[in-house]
Amino acid sequence: MSVRTLEVDGRTITAMADQTIFSAAWDNGIRIPRLCHLGGLPDAAACRLCLVEIEGQKRLQSACTTKVAEDMVVRTDTPALQAHRKLIIELLFAERNHVCSVCVVNGACELQTLAAELGVDHIRMKPQYPKLPVDVSHHRFGIDHNRCILCTRCVRVCDSVEGAHTWDVAGRGRNSLIISDLGEPWGESASCTSCGKCVQVCPTGALFSKGKTVAEMRKDRSFLQYIVTAREKRLWIAERKPR
Amino acid sequence: MTADGLRQSREAELDRQSRLKNRIACCSVAGCLAGGGDAVRAALAEEVKAQGASAEIEVCGTGCMGLCSRGPLVRSSAGEITYAEVKPGDAAAVVRSDLDSLNGRILRQSDPFFAGQRRLILANSGKVDPEKIAGYIAQGGYQSLLRATSEMTPEEIVAEVKKSKLRGRGGAGYPAGLKWELVARHPSATKYVICNADEGDPGAFMNRSVLEGDPHRVLEGMAIAGRAVGAQQGYIYARGESPLAIERIRTAIDQAQREGLLGGRVFDSDFHFRIDLRIGAGAYVCGEETALIASIEGKRGQPVLRPPYPPESGLWGHPTLINNVETFANIPQIIENGGDWFAGIGAPASPGTKIFAVAGRIRNSGLVEVPIGTSLRTILFEIGGGVPEGYEFKAAQTGGPAGGCIPAQYLDVPMDYDSLTGIGTMMGSGGLIVMDTSSCMVDVARFFMEFCMDESCGKCIPCRAGTVQMNEILGRMTSGEGKEADFAMLEALSGLLVEASLCGLGRAAPNPVLSTLRHFRSEYDAHVRERRCPAGSCRMGASA
Amino acid sequence: MSKKRLATVWLGGCSGCHMSFLDLDERLLDLAELADVCYTPIADVKEFPHNVDITLVEGAVANEDHLRDAKKIRERSGILVAFGDCAITGNVTALRNLFNVEDVLSRAYRDSMIVGGVPEGDGIVPKLLEKVLRLQDVVAVDYFLPGCPPPADVIFQFVVDLIGGKTPAVTGRKFGS
Repeated sequence: MSVRTLEVDGRTITAMADQTIFSAAWDNGIRIPRLCHLGGLPDAAACRLCLVEIEGQKRLQSACTTKVAEDMVVRTDTPALQAHRKLIIELLFAERNHVCSVCVVNGACELQTLAAELGVDHIRMKPQYPKLPVDVSHHRFGIDHNRCILCTRCVRVCDSVEGAHTWDVAGRGRNSLIISDLGEPWGESASCTSCGKCVQVCPTGALFSKGKTVAEMRKDRSFLQYIVTAREKRLWIAERKPR
Repeated sequence: MTADGLRQSREAELDRQSRLKNRIACCSVAGCLAGGGDAVRAALAEEVKAQGASAEIEVCGTGCMGLCSRGPLVRSSAGEITYAEVKPGDAAAVVRSDLDSLNGRILRQSDPFFAGQRRLILANSGKVDPEKIAGYIAQGGYQSLLRATSEMTPEEIVAEVKKSKLRGRGGAGYPAGLKWELVARHPSATKYVICNADEGDPGAFMNRSVLEGDPHRVLEGMAIAGRAVGAQQGYIYARGESPLAIERIRTAIDQAQREGLLGGRVFDSDFHFRIDLRIGAGAYVCGEETALIASIEGKRGQPVLRPPYPPESGLWGHPTLINNVETFANIPQIIENGGDWFAGIGAPASPGTKIFAVAGRIRNSGLVEVPIGTSLRTILFEIGGGVPEGYEFKAAQTGGPAGGCIPAQYLDVPMDYDSLTGIGTMMGSGGLIVMDTSSCMVDVARFFMEFCMDESCGKCIPCRAGTVQMNEILGRMTSGEGKEADFAMLEALSGLLVEASLCGLGRAAPNPVLSTLRHFRSEYDAHVRERRCPAGSCRMGASA
Repeated sequence: MSKKRLATVWLGGCSGCHMSFLDLDERLLDLAELADVCYTPIADVKEFPHNVDITLVEGAVANEDHLRDAKKIRERSGILVAFGDCAITGNVTALRNLFNVEDVLSRAYRDSMIVGGVPEGDGIVPKLLEKVLRLQDVVAVDYFLPGCPPPADVIFQFVVDLIGGKTPAVTGRKFGS
């Protein structure tokens, strides 16, 4: 695999030719914000937080889907990008009922953390206060749509890693809703294997383990590592190998 | 079908028609049918039968003749007269060509509405019955497909389309020839041709009318495209809300297959081409090509990131040529008359004609086909007859919810892709909505924003949540609760949607706001700072 | 130079932000050196004074009294700070925005065995607003200090910066805890 040299935020870095700007930047300690991208999952390029400026290109590009190129000049943190990111975070807070203080992942939420990092200290738009359901029919997990940001990590991990495709999106626009199977309660889903991957990849407290109360839940980040490396380490095969 | 067969079929139909004393063609597309066109046609047929004239007078259907606001329209071949607002009770007068009793409802080809147009795509309107393939063949139909399969190589077809400088009629105006070349040059063995018939702009019905009025023209264009790019399968993606168009496409595909004009070994060549129909469920976003492709694949209709573009990786990952109805409808005449001929029509940088669906506060509303580059003034005030007495022109909206408005001072703008972009709007697919001084432009912007909000697929945050907040702000402004800070937020959100949205729908959603802010800023100021609506027609005006 | 006049106000919130304020502990004495705390729920002052330099407002605007007070406070304050998540986003106070006022009152007063009905009469229970509003929805807000509650260290630095005429640093400020 050949190597590419590029400039990111004034620093010269090298990356493998098939790496995205996002992964090359993170490898070099340049943290581009994101909520929908997660290593190991196919990308949706939907949250638009990782948009970066590439010299010579008119449009902003999502770093999670754009491959590095030789001599590419990338800027990940210009005032214009910061302003866009702030707006996106504010839009999310205004869209549904995000009440950090009573959330299971209070203190360990990607949305909450990102808001703090980007200096979002209030929401300029009008909160929408939609009435949304909470489904706790599953015996181990629950989904609280009030906290969902529709990043579809759960949909993607369930489809491409677990292979169950229990989750998908119903409705459109602001009425979009994550559903299990064809809209049945999660607990009655015939396809769900109760593996819990969706819960761990969820960036907020929308998908949670039962039995946790406010600020008690921490998402299992080592589990996320598993999603990325299980295949190459052949972890699931090793478990089944006869001794 | 062979070359000889096509010639014979054409001659037979022309011969049959020449022996008729009169052909009475009743508009049989949605507009006139909604006005009672079916009953008119039945009454005419009854009258001809009653007079025992069935052998010499034919009553048939035909495509849109344009002046929809005065429908039902009936065209009589004897004297080339079009009758307007025909009622079943007029049947005897129409059959007898009794002009006196139809006084005031007689339209002639020399009338400004017709004379000002150049009808190439709609050339068969008034002549060809959309439900009969023979009529299309009689007018020279499928001759271009014959040429394309027997006399031309795929490279030559692509070269001809490139030479024509035809630009895609779906809105963005991408050069069709370049797109065709990309697909044609791709080494893949499997390729697809898709006709985007998911016309969803409010007030726009150009594509639907073409499909309802002359479906074979589109099929022929698609087949030529298939030959040019090396595809064997085509899809028409139509809206479920246009049941008549769907019926006409189905009938036309059946007929073309039966005649051997579609299917295996077209004109005894080695070219096979099948066309299937796929029906959408009415999501506006499915007019976006990647969402449309996802929908055909049976997936949720939402866009995916480009690149890769469909010519590289489209339907089921194969190279796909996707053009809209009107683009394909242009192809047969380009092959027939040559790319140079086509390039000489209209504006140099965007040749050809364009169909506009003219609606709103205007005398003659309906379908108008003019050379690209015709001024807005000509379309509205000469062909369209101007705004009715007692009203004053304020602006015209082009490009639907993704477009913008054109105020009176730009009436002389040539209607071509680049000139429209220059004044902050776009050609779009051809919707043209005329507004008078009683329209509140803030409310117009709010209407289109609400449309985009409802039609956002919800995938990316800027479009999904941004349209909600922009709609919120415009709603505040039009109910007298606007704040000074709303202007800055409207601008910031517009910038976010334009620069950060995933697909064209989100990127274009702020256009009506930006364009009305640009041309009618004082109206916004009046709403927010003076708490009044100058036009007096938004929610605030209604309550005040 | 005369000392800056500082006030803190408690609207529709749980008083947790004020508890966190009290967690300044001995730094309260430092603060008293820097500013004259002229109005606060911790002291017994009946009327919100005029000419206040800096006012921290805890809580959301949930009823008509809050609305009236917020406007008065805005008029009489130089710098107005939305203090804590309830003032900034509505937070827990705004959870009731998913329901209508009648249902909320019924649940709180009629359905509960303890009270037995909404207390009647003027000045007993202020009339609830249809929706809980954020402070920024009713008056202009100059600064936002998020947190549920904001940590004492952050409050101290924030207030000291304001007293010193500086724009407060943004580090350490976040929603929730």
